[in-house]
Amino acid sequence: MRRILNGWLPIYAVAYIVFLYLPIVFLPIFSVNTSPVPQFPIADFTLKWYRDLPRTPALLDAAWNSLVVGVSAAVLSTVLGICAARAITRYRFPGRRAVNGLIMAPLVLPEIVIAISMLLIMLQAGLSLSLFTVVLGHILVCIPYSVSVLTSGFEGFDRSLEEASADLGETAFGTFRRVTLPMVAPAIISSLLVSFTISLDEFIMAFFLAGTEATLPVYIWGQLRFAAKLPSVLALGTLMLAGTFLLLTIAEILRRRAARRAQTAGIALA
Amino acid sequence: MTTAAGGSVPYRARRGTTGTVLQSETARAYALISPTLLYALVLLVVPILVVIAHSFWTQDYLTIDRTFTLENYRVALTEPIYRDLLMRSLVISLLVSLFTVVLAYPIAYFISFHGGRHKNLWLFLITVPFWSSYLLRVMSWKVILGYNGVLNSGLMAVGIIDEPSTAFLYNSTAVVITLTHAWAAFAILPIYVSLEKVDRTLIEAATDLGDGPIRRFLRVTLPLSIPGVISALLIVMIPTVGDFVTPRLVGGKDGVMIANAIQAQFGKASNWPLGAALSVTTMAVVTAMAAASVLVLRLLMRLGR
Repeated sequence: MRRILNGWLPIYAVAYIVFLYLPIVFLPIFSVNTSPVPQFPIADFTLKWYRDLPRTPALLDAAWNSLVVGVSAAVLSTVLGICAARAITRYRFPGRRAVNGLIMAPLVLPEIVIAISMLLIMLQAGLSLSLFTVVLGHILVCIPYSVSVLTSGFEGFDRSLEEASADLGETAFGTFRRVTLPMVAPAIISSLLVSFTISLDEFIMAFFLAGTEATLPVYIWGQLRFAAKLPSVLALGTLMLAGTFLLLTIAEILRRRAARRAQTAGIALA
Repeated sequence: MTTAAGGSVPYRARRGTTGTVLQSETARAYALISPTLLYALVLLVVPILVVIAHSFWTQDYLTIDRTFTLENYRVALTEPIYRDLLMRSLVISLLVSLFTVVLAYPIAYFISFHGGRHKNLWLFLITVPFWSSYLLRVMSWKVILGYNGVLNSGLMAVGIIDEPSTAFLYNSTAVVITLTHAWAAFAILPIYVSLEKVDRTLIEAATDLGDGPIRRFLRVTLPLSIPGVISALLIVMIPTVGDFVTPRLVGGKDGVMIANAIQAQFGKASNWPLGAALSVTTMAVVTAMAAASVLVLRLLMRLGR
């Protein structure tokens, strides 16, 4: 029995990975196909769909909008995430679990409910829909991820370093800037990258809150109605996939480096 | 997508735990967390309360009539169209969460117990696909499952079917497949985290006491990993019920879900109160279903012991 399980599990794991990557693989394949109909066999190899991309003004606008929204949401959600993660890891206080639960709640709520409730309150408050409202929405969605990444980063390092600094006469701010910040910088960068990636791909909030200014996913959603536009969308998707993959690899390397650094610092102190 | 590492060891005040120190610690903690907390209160809690309020009001052409009424809930719960959509959404999200968890458990188990040095690499491999554009992944499933799609051409090439089948796309099966794929990582990670916490000496103890692999798994590993299974179930079940991209792109006519109806109320139909009532009903019903599933799971575990 045991042997059967041990033999089958790796095969299952590989099959599962194939299932996970299956839809991703077809994006690049059909984005270099001359035929706009995505079916096998591939007609011929072409890069024309990629060449057309920079000549589409609506796409460039959407890409710029996504960049602006992504950077703003990433910075602000990371700042808010730092406050929360720091308070959660540093102090034990009454209501800690409840507060943490509330901050993480967007993770387990149907996104459409968050989106329409934000839409309602913004219209009630007389805010006109714009990229600003999208940023507000994206911050809310990104905070749980930022807090998760930052909490594990803040937990990773030895607190005696902070105490040592305080004992040696540093102020609370000085300790944070000279001891804590350098230790947690990788987690912060990682949080920035993760929230930027989420914002870049986020569709539902943007769809409800964007008004007339489209972000990339909203632009893609509009294009999906036209079958002839499919290859350009696939080309765009391939580029976005490559960009995302790059950002995530950087985030992962930084996370590992942070974990290693925290470990060595711990060993050095012991 | 790193899951929140639970069980942190909170900082304890070193210089005596007198009341004042604790109090000032609480005050400092709340001062520090207040921006984030305030943000969540103003942009999550208040809006949801506003939605609940709207669900008791009525749309009067362009204005909202603020007289209390339960009419929206009557419509949401008794109109066949909304009742059917809600039922279908619940069935789909239940199926998706079951499939996702059942498919995810072995892989989480494999990584945790047999991942060796490569655990992090496996986790990275699993999370990468989920950072690609959600819209394009759904689109890709449309390409795979379509009439001229990859699956049909593949099956025809192998000779299993003679002509393309229309059975794969534009129905609830397509929605279930796409969503099961879309939420895989969200199920694997919590289960993996709880499996990592399983004390390996307990498994050795069970072996020493003569339990075979199956009994050992059923009596030690599985019960100890149930918290992960439960959070995976919840983290998949509750959000999937509100998806409207997948049903719209691959669901066809009989894959439409409640979120599509909610979206219509805030778009074309422009009946905010009804949309609000549909949202609140959906949230309430899916929460009840999630609670019931957790209860059933706990009961099964107790019976199994």
